[in-house]
Amino acid sequence: MKRREFIHLAGLGTGAMMLSVPLLGNDIHPEMLLANPLDVAQKKVLADVALNTARSNGASYADVRIGRYLNQFIFTRENKVQNTTNTESFGVGIRVIANGTWGFASTNDVSTEGIQKATLTAVAIAKANAKIQKEPVDLVPVKGYGDVSWKTPIERNAMEVPISEKVDMLLNANSEAMKNGANYINTALFMVNEQKYFASTEGSYIDQDIHRIWPTFTVTVIDPTAGKFKTRQALSAPMGMGFEYMDGRASSKLQSPGGLIAYTNHYDIVEDATVAALQAKEMLTAKSVEPGKYDLILDPNHLGLTIHESVGHPLELDRVLGYEANYAGTSFATLDKWKTKNFKYGSDIVNIFADKTQEGSLGAVGFDDEGVKTKRWDLIKDGVLVNYQAIRDQAKIIDETESHGCCYAQSWNDVQFQRMPNVSLAPGKEKYSAMDMIKDVENGIYIVGRGSYSIDQQRYNFQFGGTLFYEVKNGKITGMLNDVAYQSNTQEFWNSCVKICDQSDYRLFGSFFDGKGQPSQVSAVSHGSATTRFNGVNVINTGRNI
Amino acid sequence: MAILTKEQARQILDKVKSFSKADSFEANLFGNQGGNIRYARNTVSTSGEENNTTLVVQSAYGKRVATSTINEFDDASIEKVVRRSEEMAQLAPENPEFMEPLGPQTYDEGKEFFESTANITPEYRAKVAQTSIDPASAKDITAAGFLEHAAGFSAMMNSKGLFAYNKSSSVDFTVTMRSNDGTGSGWVTRDVNDVSKLDTASASQVAIEKALMSREAKAIEPGKYTVILEPAAGVDLLSNMFFSMNARSADEGRSFLSKAGGGTKLGEKLVDERVNIYSDPLHPDMPSSTWSGDGLPIKKVTWFEKGVVKNLVYDRYWASQKGVDPVPFPGGFIMEGGNASLQEMIRDTKKGILVTRLWYIRSVDPQTLLYTGLTRDGTFYIENGKIAYPVKNFRFNESPIIMLNNLEQMGKPERVNGNLVPPLKIRDFTFTSLSDAI
Repeated sequence: MKRREFIHLAGLGTGAMMLSVPLLGNDIHPEMLLANPLDVAQKKVLADVALNTARSNGASYADVRIGRYLNQFIFTRENKVQNTTNTESFGVGIRVIANGTWGFASTNDVSTEGIQKATLTAVAIAKANAKIQKEPVDLVPVKGYGDVSWKTPIERNAMEVPISEKVDMLLNANSEAMKNGANYINTALFMVNEQKYFASTEGSYIDQDIHRIWPTFTVTVIDPTAGKFKTRQALSAPMGMGFEYMDGRASSKLQSPGGLIAYTNHYDIVEDATVAALQAKEMLTAKSVEPGKYDLILDPNHLGLTIHESVGHPLELDRVLGYEANYAGTSFATLDKWKTKNFKYGSDIVNIFADKTQEGSLGAVGFDDEGVKTKRWDLIKDGVLVNYQAIRDQAKIIDETESHGCCYAQSWNDVQFQRMPNVSLAPGKEKYSAMDMIKDVENGIYIVGRGSYSIDQQRYNFQFGGTLFYEVKNGKITGMLNDVAYQSNTQEFWNSCVKICDQSDYRLFGSFFDGKGQPSQVSAVSHGSATTRFNGVNVINTGRNI
Repeated sequence: MAILTKEQARQILDKVKSFSKADSFEANLFGNQGGNIRYARNTVSTSGEENNTTLVVQSAYGKRVATSTINEFDDASIEKVVRRSEEMAQLAPENPEFMEPLGPQTYDEGKEFFESTANITPEYRAKVAQTSIDPASAKDITAAGFLEHAAGFSAMMNSKGLFAYNKSSSVDFTVTMRSNDGTGSGWVTRDVNDVSKLDTASASQVAIEKALMSREAKAIEPGKYTVILEPAAGVDLLSNMFFSMNARSADEGRSFLSKAGGGTKLGEKLVDERVNIYSDPLHPDMPSSTWSGDGLPIKKVTWFEKGVVKNLVYDRYWASQKGVDPVPFPGGFIMEGGNASLQEMIRDTKKGILVTRLWYIRSVDPQTLLYTGLTRDGTFYIENGKIAYPVKNFRFNESPIIMLNNLEQMGKPERVNGNLVPPLKIRDFTFTSLSDAI
């Protein structure tokens, strides 16, 4: 009962030009997104079938996830709806430890017989793999929580909002962009609901209802005479929220430098699309950057991706240990550096924390996919590397007595593994706004929005672009720039961090489809920060002629 | 159910046809059986199997279209999926770009299925892991690899009487070898349709040798260098160029193929005149599907001839708007090369850099097709026809269009990621910074 497909979103602009969106599940009628095929009591009975079967066949541990994963995706361009997709994927995944080895099997036959059969397969796989296993699994303890539940605190379930309302909103945004000079606009609205029931032999029965939403667009303007085009992507953030994210309430708008509007917990897509068209036109005549060293003022809607790539990924413990060596790579943040207790990842003001509880974030859940209650913990404290991201079978390696609670599987028929929690930069303590920051910079560039991003396989060297670039001279924004990308080394970059704005400027950025593993699985993760200044960063000019 | 024969597939699709009440329908049926094994730290980490068959039915009333899918094939289930797609279509907004289904077509017989691949066993997968892990352990190296295989079929039918069927099989293998002192890393990739042509032991050996050779790399200044891109290094930049050859984006003015003053660069010389790139689903070294998902026949197409852009991809809607024949996106591309081996190309190089692969490639500017990324898993300095020493990895910022204008030499093409790509010697390839990554 699963379909693995990819929608290739051509034309969504630089960063998302070839975005492959995984689509798991069968197409269903939108009304079926609201159906509820099994109640909690039925799920508990079925979960016990798996746990008992596993135990009686020699498993020392078992967990079971009965999952219903719902997606609704809407794509439009200009005055047309290109595609609406509603999918459902329903089934059960069973993971066991037998003879010190993991085994996993899944089935879409969510019946007593189906679950028994899949459990036996999982046990058989574990026993077969035990013969070639060199490192027996060693789990840190976790409390059995009994019957508990958790729900994303939403105001309005996006799946209950009529498609016509969503389509009208997107087409309205498109129309305003076109009126203001866009030649093209592609809009997308992604909505996800994970209904997950987890049980394990540790004594937990956890029912969770998780919601996420992501509106985005790319505006394109053309100068046909010169044969040039420019794009401007949405300054929205994917969020762990319901449709209330789309209501654009005024209290969530922040006046930012350069007349920009930043959005905190609510987004106004029509307003952003309007502004986007005007800014894209301005880009056509903006001057090309002079390469050299600049002080960078990075907006949270940009800095989030830099945090993701240069802090989030290198501190995944499975990467550090070499499990991802053949794909994403390993990490420069090795255990020996961490053990020194004085590895300066960043300057003294850099405090970066992991958090699976942050309200509105993509990573927020009550419990992870191996039944561990979620929490917040420090990764970098006063600039020093203090911890990693670890799950139950890794925690002992870093002397932890409990898991960090960041285990996740993208669906019931994928095995859960360590995934990045929300990783965020703590705001500065003294009152300081983005406007104040601009005033203090003599020769800098203010960067907003995500752009091109690339980093090496050990996370040393990176290059980032952005959506909007503004030249800052002697405390003032003097105009827009083109062809900007900055290159740095992770440790050098975070040690050049000299100032962070206060809590009032703190906002979330997110990655909705972060990929990891072979076969690859996606997960969604947020990164919070306030506007932050980095001194003397190398900026290159990316302009070329072909 | 897995791999259905042509007749079995037709029987199921005939049932869709008998149940359909919409103005038109298009049904795609596909099935796959496959598996994978993943290893790291010189031990197996995960292994799994997958077996899926799916029926996708698209129904249309006028320009109102919807799709429904199912993986059960009794009559009641098939009727259910047809009805569901019809109910949803009646509620859907009109899609102004909807195209009526195609009439019957003639297809070449596909050549991409091999029984050997359909018969891969868990034991074979475990043996593959051993062919990497055992020799790695013996050389103080740690192996991390992944093998994934699939064999399957796809079929389609529509209300205009079109029927298509194809069987295919594929195996993809990659392995990374890292020296245990942490200073060297090598990598190799192989892909085949016929698993009997896959030699994971010799491939693993190549990666081991690169890991050993790449230890204690020297830092040299970034800048413009003559490079030899192995096929696995060139393929991603060329693929990115190939994926961007869409006629609609070019016509709309938002492509590297859009021309100042309007129009496209179709018919213009864009790269070195020795560049010839075509696609051919019947090529014996890289067979691919002979029809596209909407039923268009895929034939041999020339994309670049003597450096001139000869064709762009037109979907059916855009082709109808422009009054041309549709040109579907092919399964892979073939870049013609020369006869020189990689070793001979190195021998003919006075000063240059040999690149094993490029990594984390991202678009920087779609206007100029500028990409950034890094070298990885074996970068070497060439001096007077020999590999002199390993060098630290570089970040590059380069456009495949600029690169193909700076062409020095092409070697003998090799299959990589479903394409045929020659090793390429390029002058003035732009490295913009150094990376400490190994």
